[in-house]
Amino acid sequence: MTIDVDATDMRRAYAAQLMRRYAMIALVGGLLGLSFFLDVATGPGKYSLSVVFDVLTDPLSHGVRLKVIVWDYRLPVAITAVLVGALLAVAGAQMQTILNNPLAEPFTLGVSAAASFGASLAIVMGISVIPAVGPLLVTVNAFMFALLTCGFILFATRLKGVGSETMILFGIAIFFTFSALLALMQYMASEDEIARIVFWMMGSLSRASWEKIALGALLLAVAIPFSLLRTWPMTALRMGEATAESMGVDVGRLRVEMLICISLLAATAVSFVGTVGFVGLVGPHIARMLVGEDQRFFVPLSAIVGALVLSLTSLISKSITPGIIYPIGIITSLIGVPVFISIILSTRRERLS
Amino acid sequence: MTLSIENLKAGYGNTQVLHDVSVPNIEGGAFVGLIGPNASGKSTLFKTLAGLVTPTAGLIRIGEDDVTQLRRKDRARRVAYMPQAFGCNALLTVFESVLLALKQTTGWRVDDENLDRVSYTLNALKLSHLANRGVSDLSGGQAQMVAVAQTIVRSPEVILLDEPTSALDLHHQLSIMTSIRNEMDKKKPVVVAALHDLNLAAKFCDRLVLLRDGVILADGKPENILALSEIGETYRVHTELEHTKRGALYVDARLSA
Repeated sequence: MTIDVDATDMRRAYAAQLMRRYAMIALVGGLLGLSFFLDVATGPGKYSLSVVFDVLTDPLSHGVRLKVIVWDYRLPVAITAVLVGALLAVAGAQMQTILNNPLAEPFTLGVSAAASFGASLAIVMGISVIPAVGPLLVTVNAFMFALLTCGFILFATRLKGVGSETMILFGIAIFFTFSALLALMQYMASEDEIARIVFWMMGSLSRASWEKIALGALLLAVAIPFSLLRTWPMTALRMGEATAESMGVDVGRLRVEMLICISLLAATAVSFVGTVGFVGLVGPHIARMLVGEDQRFFVPLSAIVGALVLSLTSLISKSITPGIIYPIGIITSLIGVPVFISIILSTRRERLS
Repeated sequence: MTLSIENLKAGYGNTQVLHDVSVPNIEGGAFVGLIGPNASGKSTLFKTLAGLVTPTAGLIRIGEDDVTQLRRKDRARRVAYMPQAFGCNALLTVFESVLLALKQTTGWRVDDENLDRVSYTLNALKLSHLANRGVSDLSGGQAQMVAVAQTIVRSPEVILLDEPTSALDLHHQLSIMTSIRNEMDKKKPVVVAALHDLNLAAKFCDRLVLLRDGVILADGKPENILALSEIGETYRVHTELEHTKRGALYVDARLSA
């Protein structure tokens, strides 16, 4: 019977498609591993790959000096790059899905601008949102403002009749508001403070620490299963809000749940490293081109691609001029954007694999 | 299994759209055509039946169960609704888009039975050649047929189709309606479809319900309903019901003078 043959063909095609996706995740994951290792192996002190590898497997194999360089300086930076890249990309991927807009990401929705203002408030005025945080003042302020902004977007979605377009307009309004407030802070700041604000905003991995890494990893460990549990409703949302609702998805509730998740991810990432645009946009975009929008593959691959992009950025930022580490915010945009545009132009039509 | 709608009232905010709508005893396996002019409340009736609009009064019963009391997921398992909106920019294949419709009410993991059901549904609706196409690459008519597949794949007790043929050419109108009828004969769900083409409704439906301004004007067999003068009045045209040489019903309509 022809019908049976058709059915087997369809199932075989689907199975092959899944295999290609697993292979893609493994491939990009492998690239991430390689980039991560090279990132750890690169630095002002030129040690051979094998020496670095020895120290990674056995910290004291080449003496205390190398242990300190690899484990206390390079490793936290390299891991932070991977974690923050993943956090930003997952946040971007989910924002794009719930807002049904490929331009949504923490940067475009004003979360980064809010965080920058929070940081500048701490730098210029020494004002803390949460009292007695001591040396973490700038980070905590940035985090709180990013979170408040997400909270505001969340609140806006709960208002009656606010659709995804309106939410994006809200985001743009937030972006401009905080940009203006930031300019005001800079206007009031001393030269030294302006330098600190600008440096903060450029994005830097040098603020890495094992405590931050633990926090970021914990968040990611909660966020990825959290979104994987909602994978089918989230995929349905890509068919359009009306269709998803007709399938039994509580779209309003799903949006709120995912926004809470996104808020934590985005606020954490931005408060750790400052303004790093583009990763939240490009990570999901490349992942979508590689595996489509079945969220079971899309979310994890977005995380891996985002991590890879920021890990490569970290590597490049050290390699351009020996001895100088350029701010990653500059690298992601200056090198990433041309690469990104060439990817878009070279794939004439977005294809499903 | 029987679907009954009793004294249903519903609307949006302060605007009441459905005024006391009752459609009793729709037997499983019955194909009901919901006809009526634009803005008569057809989509609101569907949304209320599907649970997307909460009724202010009345009952919706499947067998002995009051559907309005069911949890959203349980309700979606029993009542599948195809809205008018279709077509999207998602990077998903047709196969995946039908699978995801099924996965809303079945567990997280994709098992062989799920894949069988998707393949079976695409075959039944003659859409298997589109299985690996991207949903964003489909024509309007193809997207509409995929939307029908997303509804049928769930094997619900009640299937609500809001204008399932509005974007289809003549061949595909007949093809999709025939496929739906064939599926109904096997699983005996209630199918209610909003249709604008009265001849198509006459050809495929067992029962027609005429809705105007949120009120049921007539309910009965196609040959009886289409012969009513209310049809012409409702649509503001002049109609005459004829029988073709082959015995099919034909509504001849022209603008009233």
